[in-house]
Amino acid sequence: MARGAALPITIRQVTKTYGRIHALDHVDLDIQSGEFLTLLGPSGSGKTTLLMVLAGFTRPDHGSLRFGEDEVIRRPPHKRDVGMVFQNYALFPHMDVAGNVGFPLRLRGVPRAEAERRIEAALDLVQLGGYGGRRVDQLSGGQRQRVALARAIVFEPRILLMDEPLSALDKQLRERMQIELRRLHDRLGMTTVYVTHDQREALTMSDRIAVIQGGGIMQLDTPRRIYEQPANRFVAEFIGESSFLPVERDGAGFRYGAHILRIAAPPPEADGHLLMVRPERLRLVAADEPGEDNHFPATVEDVVYQGDSVLVQAVLADGIRIAVRTAPTADAVPVEGAAVTLALSPADTVVIADR
Amino acid sequence: MSERPNEAGLRRDALLERLALFGLGSPALLLVLVAMVLPVGWLFWLSFLGDDGTFSLEHYQRMLAEPSYRRTFATTFQVSFLTTAICILLGYPLAYVLAQLPQRIANLCMIGVLLPFWTSLLVRTYAWLVLLQRQGLINQWGIELGLWSEPLTLVHNLNGTLIGMVHIMLPFLILPVYASMRAIDRDFIKAAANLGAGPVAAFWKVFLPLSLPGLFGGALIVFILCLGFYVTPAVLGGGRVIMVSNRIATDIELFFNWGAASALGVVLLALTLLLLWGASRIVRLDRVLGAGH
Amino acid sequence: MGWLSRPATETQITHGRRLWLYAVAVLVMAFLVLPTLIVVPMSFSGSQYLEFPPREWSLRWYRTYLASPEWMQATWTSLKAGVLTMLVATPLGTLAAYGLFTARVGLGRLVFALLVTPIIVPVILVGIGVFYAYVQLKLVNTLAGIVLAHAMLAVPIVLMIVTAALKSHDMSQEMVARSLGASRLRAFLLVTLPQIRFSVATSAVLAFLTSFDEVIVALFVSGGPNSTLTRSMFNALRDQIDPTIAAISTIMILVSSLLLAVAQTVGQPRRPAVK
Repeated sequence: MARGAALPITIRQVTKTYGRIHALDHVDLDIQSGEFLTLLGPSGSGKTTLLMVLAGFTRPDHGSLRFGEDEVIRRPPHKRDVGMVFQNYALFPHMDVAGNVGFPLRLRGVPRAEAERRIEAALDLVQLGGYGGRRVDQLSGGQRQRVALARAIVFEPRILLMDEPLSALDKQLRERMQIELRRLHDRLGMTTVYVTHDQREALTMSDRIAVIQGGGIMQLDTPRRIYEQPANRFVAEFIGESSFLPVERDGAGFRYGAHILRIAAPPPEADGHLLMVRPERLRLVAADEPGEDNHFPATVEDVVYQGDSVLVQAVLADGIRIAVRTAPTADAVPVEGAAVTLALSPADTVVIADR
Repeated sequence: MSERPNEAGLRRDALLERLALFGLGSPALLLVLVAMVLPVGWLFWLSFLGDDGTFSLEHYQRMLAEPSYRRTFATTFQVSFLTTAICILLGYPLAYVLAQLPQRIANLCMIGVLLPFWTSLLVRTYAWLVLLQRQGLINQWGIELGLWSEPLTLVHNLNGTLIGMVHIMLPFLILPVYASMRAIDRDFIKAAANLGAGPVAAFWKVFLPLSLPGLFGGALIVFILCLGFYVTPAVLGGGRVIMVSNRIATDIELFFNWGAASALGVVLLALTLLLLWGASRIVRLDRVLGAGH
Repeated sequence: MGWLSRPATETQITHGRRLWLYAVAVLVMAFLVLPTLIVVPMSFSGSQYLEFPPREWSLRWYRTYLASPEWMQATWTSLKAGVLTMLVATPLGTLAAYGLFTARVGLGRLVFALLVTPIIVPVILVGIGVFYAYVQLKLVNTLAGIVLAHAMLAVPIVLMIVTAALKSHDMSQEMVARSLGASRLRAFLLVTLPQIRFSVATSAVLAFLTSFDEVIVALFVSGGPNSTLTRSMFNALRDQIDPTIAAISTIMILVSSLLLAVAQTVGQPRRPAVK
């Protein structure tokens, strides 16, 4: 399949209200050409509304939306030339697989021979070569998903939208499809906007993630930055596990209780701050271990064996609970009631905005 | 760039789309307006016009004063009430048995229940006329079996009217009752049985109350539809059962008395709407309303 | 029979103790079904009177029916009115159903309510109202007049059936079609309509039958050469029991059943050949 030229997407001031509720609140977002961008957020955050605005099914109250140079905010869906994959696949049950995949070509008046060639190419691409004559109800969930995908890319749109396309699949298949979708994106190069509420999926697939909450974008960043430098408590809590410790400003730096924190990256400007601690970044060390790390004395409260790791619940001196994830090698696992020291390297010592 | 780009254009698009979708309903709306709302509105107007062409309540006053009108209303309510009562007595047990059958067999039986729906009202009325007449099949068999000796007068009177109307209205009762019974959670009955309720107690204390909304809705619909009956009393009543609709037709056909007929029609419509409004507060009407009468 | 002593419900009542209930159910079913069907064998009676079972079988009454210009005329009028009613009410009702269903605005509920009123308003009122209006419009005894009134009576039926079908249809398919390049109209024609065709076909048949079986409005506004079959039957019923009507009734039962069977097969989704 030919590699179509991708288009950048420019979103400005897009607002959608339902009664008094802001589904989208003055959203600005630049999506780069050929980028795989994920809209990540809990249900009701506005991520699907934003995708529907891109597709043209939801008409915002106001705003500007450009595909490349073209203003498209008032363009009806069928003139946007955008491929779309829905959560429930929405395959047409009255057509066979080839009929489904060929549907956009039929609408565009593509000659029969060429259409057949392109249908087969699209099916090959999603590893369903030779399935053209199958009935839709003879396919498994994963195969339906692939047909929906083939149908959305067969007409070589320059933008591909996906609305939680993997949520109906079981875990194993979902993880395989994540890799496959990403590979397909790299091969076709179209600008892809992907909606999900699954943070792991977002981290696995995306070039960048826009974390959405309350109709606005909380943070727009690469998966790594989103995980390691969340903009605020909401993002930190939504993505990955974390514990939060109250910190106070101390001159140019911060301190937790009496302990002055050693921090690698400067924290953002905000009214209130928190120390975010990822459980797997904490290490159990000897109390007198030398080095630059920040040390927190604690008492082990609970130890849970989880196979690939051990989750230790510990209580700090001021009574705050904190989770530590450690390797299940016997000598490193503490016992309940033991006094331990938790170490956190300056690079992992991330002070974030409270809100 | 402005603070609210494209706001006016988007608002116009939304309005246009809504208008266009709405416009799809307008031909049907126009048809109903022209062929029903207007004519019936006209009748409404006529009912308030006196013989001299000025506004007057004389048609309504006459309705209250003349005993023949009172008899017509009494007959209408009597027939409607009896039909509804018989429908409940016959329909409830059938729905009860159907609701306990396996779904496949019940669906098959429902075809039988619905058969009357797709056979012409006139055909069914004719069938009863044939069956119930003096030399009809029912009298023939009744005498052969020794149930009665002289041919009974089963048609051209109240009996015939009731039999015909019950036959037509039964499906309207059975459908909602059956639906509400199917929806009853079997666990309630099991729980009642576990708590020591015998079959009779479990029925009266648990099943019947749970099926009441369907029964009540179905009965109301039957009653309302009965009020407007015309064909069955006209044919099977043989001129002896005069319901409001028959009276209206006579007023027009024989006496050309549009004012009186219209006033009767307005009262009939008001009664229907009043009862329907009551019914709509209890059951979902779109489930129970089917073919006309 | 061991069956009789087996428990029938959760309350452990046995089938044997409920035999009376089954007897009642069977009798009521018979009451519902048999009277209509008994007309069929009677219509093949060869004698002057209707008999069951007929002592001699013949097509006598069918011949009488077919030989009568009045009955033929009335049948032809009813068929024309039925087909035209179907052709008017089905698209109008379907369009309205789609528009009101997708617009999802408050006013739509009001319009829907208005469109179903013809089922609620007593037909006699519609009959005389339409008659009065037609006198002014010179539409009495015309085919156009009958069709106009009957289409109005059929619209709510189409509207309700198609709306129910749309409610159970996955409308995101139409969204997919539109995202793939289909205008709303094409999306409806190519994706939605083929999938609700069973309901549309059923509603079309019921629209036809609404007109074909309608008595009261036809009594008032059809007449002369444009008398409908039902009008002629009704008038014949009031006079005497004409066995010809048994033949006509049989034909009408046959037509109704056949049409509904056709709607079933036309609209039924194809079953997969292999599973």
